[in-house]
Order: sequence, then C-alpha cells, then structure tokens
Amino acid sequence: MTLIASTAFMSSAFAQDAVSLDQKVNEAFAAFTGPFVGLIFAPLPGTSFPWIVLWLVVAATIFTLYFGFVQLRFFSHAISLVKGDYSDPKDAGEVSHFQALTTALSGTVGLGNIAGVAVAVGIGGPGATFWMILAGLLGMASKFTECTLGVKYRNEYPDGTVSGGPMYYISKGFKERGLPGGKFLAILFSVFCILGALGGGNMFQANQAHAQISGIVGDYPGWITGVVFAVVVFAVIVGGVKSIARVTEKVVPFMGILYVGAAIVILIINFDQIGWAFGQIFDGAFTGLGVVGGFVGALIQGFKRAAFSNEAGVGSAAIAHSAVKTKEPITEGFVSLLEPLIDTVVICTMTALVITISGQLLIDPETSLYMIDGGAIATVDGNSGVALTSAAFGSAISWFPYVLAIAVVLFAFSTMISWSYYGLKAWTYLFGEGKISEIIFKVIFCVFIIIGAAASLGPVIDFSDAAIFSMAVVNITGLYFLMGIVKEELASYGSRLRSGQIKKFAH
Amino acid sequence: MTTKLVIGLDGHGSGDRALAYAKRMANLIGDCELLIVYVIEWSPYSFQTAEENAVRKKRREEEISTATERVIDPAVATLSSAKVQARGIVRHGNVADILNEISLEENATQIIVSRSSEGGFAKRLFGSSTANLVMSASVPVTVVG
Repeated sequence: MTLIASTAFMSSAFAQDAVSLDQKVNEAFAAFTGPFVGLIFAPLPGTSFPWIVLWLVVAATIFTLYFGFVQLRFFSHAISLVKGDYSDPKDAGEVSHFQALTTALSGTVGLGNIAGVAVAVGIGGPGATFWMILAGLLGMASKFTECTLGVKYRNEYPDGTVSGGPMYYISKGFKERGLPGGKFLAILFSVFCILGALGGGNMFQANQAHAQISGIVGDYPGWITGVVFAVVVFAVIVGGVKSIARVTEKVVPFMGILYVGAAIVILIINFDQIGWAFGQIFDGAFTGLGVVGGFVGALIQGFKRAAFSNEAGVGSAAIAHSAVKTKEPITEGFVSLLEPLIDTVVICTMTALVITISGQLLIDPETSLYMIDGGAIATVDGNSGVALTSAAFGSAISWFPYVLAIAVVLFAFSTMISWSYYGLKAWTYLFGEGKISEIIFKVIFCVFIIIGAAASLGPVIDFSDAAIFSMAVVNITGLYFLMGIVKEELASYGSRLRSGQIKKFAH
Repeated sequence: MTTKLVIGLDGHGSGDRALAYAKRMANLIGDCELLIVYVIEWSPYSFQTAEENAVRKKRREEEISTATERVIDPAVATLSSAKVQARGIVRHGNVADILNEISLEENATQIIVSRSSEGGFAKRLFGSSTANLVMSASVPVTVVG
C-alpha cells in the first residue's frame, strides 16, 4: 500500500515540477504587469467601456472625416500604386510599394488574425465581427495618416540606409511646426514601442503558437516551445542567418492565401448557413445575443481585436513603410490603406465567419442566445483562442488543424521578426545605433519569447494589448497635431494627379 | 547610322564566347557599337523583411558597383583595346524584359546572349531567362553556345 502511495506521490510531484516552472513564470509576470494593464483598460466612469477603445475609434473616425473618406476616394489609386503603374523604371532595384506593403503586412498578419479573433468572438459573440469590420474600415484612415508622415519625416543616412517611424515624425514634425513636447512624446513612444514589441509582437505570438502545437501533439511545458523559437529568432536577428527569414517571407503569403482559401471552402461547404451566420453577426452587433455586456460587449471586443490585429493608429506600420522609394510620401499613405482591409476586413472576418458557421459557440436552443460560461461564450470543448479557431476549421476540414499549426508557427515567426525590427528601431532611437546596443535589445527580445510561451493566455494577451495600445495613445496624439501636414500633401498630390502631372509608366 | 548590338552578360564564363562572337560581328559590320548589359535579377513583387528594406538603397548601389567592376568594366576594356566601340549598362529587373527594353530604347538590331547558365530543376520548373528572351524579344536574338 505504502509503496503504491509513495510511487503515485513521486510521479505526481515530478509532473508538478515540469508545470511549476511555467506557473512561476506566469505568476511573476501577471503580478508585474497588472497595474499597467489596469491603467490602459480602465473603463470610462460609470461604464464598462475602456477609454482606450474610444480613443482609437474616435481617432479613426476623425481622420476618416477630415480626409474626406480617403479610403474610398483613393482606393483604386492605391491598387494602381501597388501594381507599379506609377513606379519610375529608373527606380528598379529600390523598395517598391508592393514590397513595403507586404513587409508591413507580414508584421500585422499574425496570431491576432487567428487567435485574437477567436478571443473576440468567444467573448463578444459573432456580433463582434461587425464592429471589427467597421473598426477596420475606419482604421484605414489612421494608417494612411501615419504612413504618409512616416515617409515624409524619415532619416535618410549618407550610406543609403533609412530609419523612419513615429519617433521621427513626431520629433521632427513638431519641431517644424514649432510645437513643444515633440522630443518627449517621441521618447515616450519609443518606450511603449519596445514594450509592444516584447508583448504583442513576441509573447502573444509565442504563446498561441505553443497552444496550437500542444493542441496537436499533446500538452507539454511552454518554455520548450519558447526556447526553440528563441533560438531560431536569435539565429536570424543576431546571427544574420538570412536564409531562414527569406524562406519565411516567401512562405507566409502562401500560407495566408491557403488560410483564406480554406475559410472560403468551409463557407462554401456550409453555404446554406451563410445567411444565418450573417444574421447572427448583425443581430449580435446590435443586441449582443446574450453575450456578456450585451451589444456593447460585442462592440468592445470587436474594436479591441481590430486595433490589435491591424495596428491602425499604433504607428508600427509607419516604421515598415518608411523604407519605400518614392518622391511623394502620400503615395505610401494610399498604399497603407490596403493593410487594414486585407488584415481585418478579409482575414479576420474569414476567421470569425468560420467560427460562427462551424457551430463551435454553443447556443441555448430555447432562448436562441449564446450560453455563457465564466465570462465567455461556452464552446464545444471549452476551447478559446487558437484552439477555438483550430476546432472550428477542424470541424469542416478534419486535417486542417495540422496545416493551421504550420501556418500559426510561420505567422508567429514572421510577426516576431518584423516586431523585433520595430522594437530595435525604437531602442536605437533611445540608446543610439551601435552593435552592442543592438545585441542587448535582441537578447532581451529572445528572452521574452520564452516567457511568452510559458505564460498562460490571460496575462500575456492583457500585457500585449496594453503595450500596443499605449503606443497608440502617443502616436495618435502626435497625429492629431500633424494631420494638417498630411492634408496639405493630399491636396497637392490630388490636384497634380488630376492635372496629369503625376506620370504613369508602362510596365 | 551606327549599328547597335546588345550583349547580355550574366557573369559566367560562357559570356566570353558571346563577347567573342559580338566582336566578330562588330568587325564585319564596321560602324558598330556594342552595348554590354548586365541585368541584376530583381522583382518589385518579391517579399522582403523590414531590415532588408531599410538597407535596400545601399545594397542596390553595392550590387551596381560590383557588377560594373566585375563584369562590365573588364568586358568594355577588352573590346576597347581591340578597337571596338563599346558601352556598359547595369540595370535591375527581369533579364528577358530588360534586354528587350534596352534594345528598343537604343534601336538595337540584335541581342546576343550565351546559352543559359541555370541548371536542372529550376530550369525545368521556371524556364530559363534565355528561353524567355528568345520567345518574347522584339529584335532577333542570337544564342551563342
């Protein structure tokens, strides 16, 4: 008896050990980031509406109106620019609009589109999708503003390299306009950008990638995934092993198309339910259909996920787009309009539709409302996050979870590479360029990959969101002061385009 | 009117044979200028990392100067010392498209290239730039084996 009991005790103690490292990391992390998260997501007094969501959506609406619905007026021009219709053949070999767009997209299309949407729909219901699409469409104007400024105020060094982004356009633009506080805001932005790079661009990606892998192969401690990812990322960003990054950059677009393709296939398979799914989305958008917080809950989740996924107003895309070769900064603004469209209105919506249509979210047959289980909607296997998306796809295409696991790993990896660059730019803005400075940041970045994989979803996603949104607070403040500059550029370019001064090139 | 011939080089040894043939042609024609072209394979539709984009301008200039030093200048020097009029051009883009574009711009009568240097699998899958050139060029193409 005692032998059996002691063996059982020892094996359970061993299992405890393997998990407790994860737990320790998790607890320490949650305690450390709690106050910061609480501040960012503080609700407006008397409501449960976080002020930060209002901040983002109001900004996007203001920009949309101020620039006269630029996302509609210049949409086809944006497509022409990406195709290369206005690219001078003499600029062959430089960064094209297409390349700038896809680089930025590889940073934004990540686990937010797959797992983040599942979180949104899992809490806010299908109605969150409507608000997510709306936020995506409005956010196009925020992206437009920040990317135009990113190109206009970039630093072009004599050796031919480029540095651009909100820290540059805020400090230079404010100085140009004689406004005080530019330097301070730029520094503040850089601090939040580093936190954002470590949070959403890193920890969240590693966390959900681990969730998907362990969903397939079985549970195992997260720090193992973290270490593997960290080693590969280290090899690329410190070791300069370009081949890995190059392979990823080529494969990610392919996986993106595969993902959207699979989603479309599932929608076609369930074509008779598409009407019902859209009905759920519209009903849920305005009544909530029983989700926590009603339709406001749906709205909050939808806006939050859109902002986190497409990063409109956050300022990270401005860093990526600033390297483009162009004489007209506003052209890159137009090109960046396409990003929230592709990221949110297409890819995120696909995820949301598949989750809705697959019936993973449980509906009470009597009330036709969604059943709630501890603050979120009850799901078929109690799934949340990427596991929910995986189950949703898996219910229609049984082998898709394996493909999704590969896609998730690649998306996570490419987002990490992109955000390591954004964080690095912010770091070097603060601490100066230089090999040692760069290595320090890169090592810190890799350590956080391990932490992210080990922590559990709750604290990680909260910190990730808070860090990214705090970037948006500073960036949008800057944009409000500088949007007049963009309006001048827009007016000038618009009239020159109409008069035929902007040349088209045959190609 | 000076007859212009475009010679496409890719830096491989087989280019010497194309140059030798072009030199013979130039001597036969008399009033002839040889345009030595090196095309750096590049597409505006490729996928880059943010870091690559940031250093792209510098990289581009390095690529152009490397190509000029290693391929164009020696070729032009060899031809000039043999009393043949020659000029070098370096551009980024698709090999077949650029060679064709240059021929049209300069009103060249012929393009001369050596047989393709890509091998095996890639060639089977994507076709060689020489084959593409031959099939799509607007002026006669001579492929020197």
